[in-house]
Amino acid sequence: MDYKELGLKAGIEIHQQLDTAEKLFCRCPTVLRDTAERTGEFYRYLRATASELGEIDRAAEEEMKLVRKFCYYTYDTVCLVEHDEEPPTPMNPEALEVCLTIAKMLGMTPAEQVHTMRKLVIDGSNTSGFQRTALVGLSGALPDGCRIETICLEEEAAQRVEGETFSLDRLGIPLVEITTAPCMHTPEAVQRVAEYIGMVLRSTGRVKRGLGTIRQDINVSIAGGARVEIKGVQELDLIAEVVRREVERQVNLLAIRDELRERGARVDHNVIDVTALFSGTKSSILKKAKAILAIRLCGFAGLVGREIQPGRRLGSEMSDYAKKCGVGGIFHTDELPAYGVTAEEVARLREFVGAAEEDCVVIVAAGRERAGCAVEQVMIRAEMALAGVPEETRKMLEEGSSAYMRPLPGAARMYPETDVFPVDIDEALWESIKVPELLTHRAERFVREFGLDEALARQMAFSERLPTFEAAVAAGVRPTIAARTLLATCRELARDGVAVDRVSEDEILALLSAVEANRAAKEAIPDLLAELARTAGEGAATPQERVDAAIGKLAPAVSQEDVESIVRRVVAEREEFARERGMGALGPLMGVVMQELRGSVDGKVVSETLRRELKRLLA
Amino acid sequence: MRYANGGTALTGTYIAERNGMAVVKLDNGYNIGASPEKIELVERPAPQPPAGAGVVVQNPDLPELSIISTGGTIASRVDYRTGAVTSQFSASDILRAIPELGDIARYRDRQIASILSENMRPAIWQELARTIYDEIRHGASGVIVTHGTDTMAYSAAAVRFMLKTPVPVVFVGSQRSADRPSSDNAMNTLCSAAVAAGDLGEVAVVMHATTNDDRCAIHRATRVRKMHTSRRDAFQSMGSAPLGYVDYPSLSVTLSDEAVRRGTEEPRLHDALEERCGLLHFYPGMPPRVLDAFEGYAGLVLSGTGLGHVSTEWIPRLRDMIDGGMTVVMTSQCLHGRVCDRVYNTGRDLLSIGVIEGEDMLPEAALVKLMWVLGNESDPERAGILMQTDLAGEIQRRSI
Repeated sequence: MDYKELGLKAGIEIHQQLDTAEKLFCRCPTVLRDTAERTGEFYRYLRATASELGEIDRAAEEEMKLVRKFCYYTYDTVCLVEHDEEPPTPMNPEALEVCLTIAKMLGMTPAEQVHTMRKLVIDGSNTSGFQRTALVGLSGALPDGCRIETICLEEEAAQRVEGETFSLDRLGIPLVEITTAPCMHTPEAVQRVAEYIGMVLRSTGRVKRGLGTIRQDINVSIAGGARVEIKGVQELDLIAEVVRREVERQVNLLAIRDELRERGARVDHNVIDVTALFSGTKSSILKKAKAILAIRLCGFAGLVGREIQPGRRLGSEMSDYAKKCGVGGIFHTDELPAYGVTAEEVARLREFVGAAEEDCVVIVAAGRERAGCAVEQVMIRAEMALAGVPEETRKMLEEGSSAYMRPLPGAARMYPETDVFPVDIDEALWESIKVPELLTHRAERFVREFGLDEALARQMAFSERLPTFEAAVAAGVRPTIAARTLLATCRELARDGVAVDRVSEDEILALLSAVEANRAAKEAIPDLLAELARTAGEGAATPQERVDAAIGKLAPAVSQEDVESIVRRVVAEREEFARERGMGALGPLMGVVMQELRGSVDGKVVSETLRRELKRLLA
Repeated sequence: MRYANGGTALTGTYIAERNGMAVVKLDNGYNIGASPEKIELVERPAPQPPAGAGVVVQNPDLPELSIISTGGTIASRVDYRTGAVTSQFSASDILRAIPELGDIARYRDRQIASILSENMRPAIWQELARTIYDEIRHGASGVIVTHGTDTMAYSAAAVRFMLKTPVPVVFVGSQRSADRPSSDNAMNTLCSAAVAAGDLGEVAVVMHATTNDDRCAIHRATRVRKMHTSRRDAFQSMGSAPLGYVDYPSLSVTLSDEAVRRGTEEPRLHDALEERCGLLHFYPGMPPRVLDAFEGYAGLVLSGTGLGHVSTEWIPRLRDMIDGGMTVVMTSQCLHGRVCDRVYNTGRDLLSIGVIEGEDMLPEAALVKLMWVLGNESDPERAGILMQTDLAGEIQRRSI
């Protein structure tokens, strides 16, 4: 596709959890819990409220079509603030500082005074019915010239366990939201920008790492299309694909619109009760439904079933809208007969509702009220198909396609959080914010200063173990040994089934220092790590004591004299082989000696001794 | 307006000035604080039309309830432009906000005050009792009083002493403001309407029974207390079980055998109150001269320690005040349990100077009762006897 010609405009919103000690508006720790550890449950209903102008936000209103009871799991790491049973504390200064750091790194201007707002969210993920959010910085720039519009500090929502059940552990974890301008024009550019911002965030060393801790929302539009927000893209590698598929969807929806207009298509608003028609049906869904309602989409035949995105049809979009009323889905004649509905039944249906050949009939089977609500929704979506691409919020599906979630929220969604006082960002505070080195710069420095090769340097800089690496280097450990141990050795051990994640960072640090002090050879590191992993959790020794014990067990100290006597013995036992190979015997004999020493001595010392001994023999 | 700050230029709406900073609503919906010199007027907005006018049609076949508003969180609406909290109240306003109310009854409304309940005064209790009496005589089959939660228990008790009612009089409020999707206002109001349309025949407080949106408890006006600063289930019946419960969302009401039933009493109003009554919470080391502040008062309720004590140092001063005609009633800051000044010497000394044991009355209920008793009975001895007589369920004969 020629994205330039299509007029692709894309922007992203990145949401990143911060690794602060406490949550944003309460004093709870920012830890996630296993739902089995919950200490209680409670449940609530949420109700849309009017804004100051007396209007209810359109996104909130749609969520309210269904009165839903939400259940919340609570823990001993959660307090009355998450329960919506106590007013929020003042904004966490640590979180604000991290947010300002990121703002500074992105060249943004701080707000002179930060005001906390309430953003209505009534899908149950916020016990209060709103998310607290505050605009902290404005107008930054990326290296490629793309503009950052805003950075906001907000509270993370509760995590959905299943259905309408949420877990309160995640609620209130500080989150920064970075919004770019719609300045990207290719799918690849979107992915690059997301990658760059992610790198900036990790450079602070104060963001959470791991699955679900960073999420991207992508805004996409094409010329003649509409702004669509796709929420919750967690995998970086999928971003470009999500953009490609959204462009494809909009192009196809526009093509469908053109064809509908050409055919003079229209939506018949007459709802017809066809329950009696299916009294003897073999379809289990239709059989158990209290009511089956039908509508006629004139001129829509063949288009409702047309694919607009891999695995998605216009009918899927209609079905998403209908589901807001609590129905399981819809049937339409572009996909029937199927699902137990026979060709005769379809023919009868078409005849009963007076459908011509070019018409598509949609039926919904449910309770009377829900079915009525659902067909209304289908009509709304069908009207939108005549107009083109609707503005909406969508959620990403597994492969990069997306499904309708709710309308784009309006401005009525945001109002002041009166329980939290504004915070001044004065000169002194802004000046005191230190900008950390970017991870990319750090990687370059590792190459320059430590002589790491480029790949290893980059891997080290981007690794979660960067703090351990830097601590080790600061303690005088050779950077190459530290980097190899933390990355390659640990990974290899894990692959061999060693529970190396049970070895603490402090133990690794103590081990590396011991090697540096020649108390163990670097060749012994894998065995020592395996030993530490095996004995993890046994007794309450300090990291240093545990490392000492492991060295004592696996690699008793060997003196230079011992090394020389072992080398002499090995050479003497293989004298014939040594004479035959000359200095070429060095390698094979090295292996034999190291086996005997079990890593107690640095390989360099052994090889020097062996070389000397061989030379003496061959002389 | 336009806002220019360090290379950033934005447009938005000027909202208000606060502490020298301009509050600006940016076009993206966020507010920020900006230095006034950095903003520039571009255009003056056209005035917005007021929201949500119009009258809601009610079902004439349903019983008529009267909603009397005094203000408080439940009736408050935040003016988001200024951040100010205002009370907006009419039956139509409430029905628009909580349409399900229309299935329970039809409503008429009276607004007697628009105050936060910390500003409540005995004079408003009197006006409230008169208004309720008036509404009952004009055929209301039940009365709902919307009230701030801070002093709701005091007001409910005051009305209970001043008014005999054949119909339910239900006090209701909310702990979360009505502008929040999670507010307890809708469920509390629906439950209070169900009680007001039901079989109760006394004054009650109806609020969440638990943190869940599952049921409200019906509390007797003279035995209820706000026991938490913020939780939905802050209101609890003290020393007794609630009069009943309302399940939500079914709104089915269950009353206990103790609850007074509709039609038991004839409507009567005795709205005299002696406002010169005080309530004093005693603490270790509190000097007797604090009592001077109550000079000229007709009555004083002491919230004493344990079984009903204050320091023996206080006894001479208290004796003078009682001899001067003041009625002094002892209650306990334990809240749970009954005062007994016959166990320890201090108590016996307090009795000997004429302090009246307040039985198991809550200190606040005792204060309100004392105002009512002294407003209607000038003889100190008979007032003392009334203070120890159960008039409105405030004293229980047995502790169980």
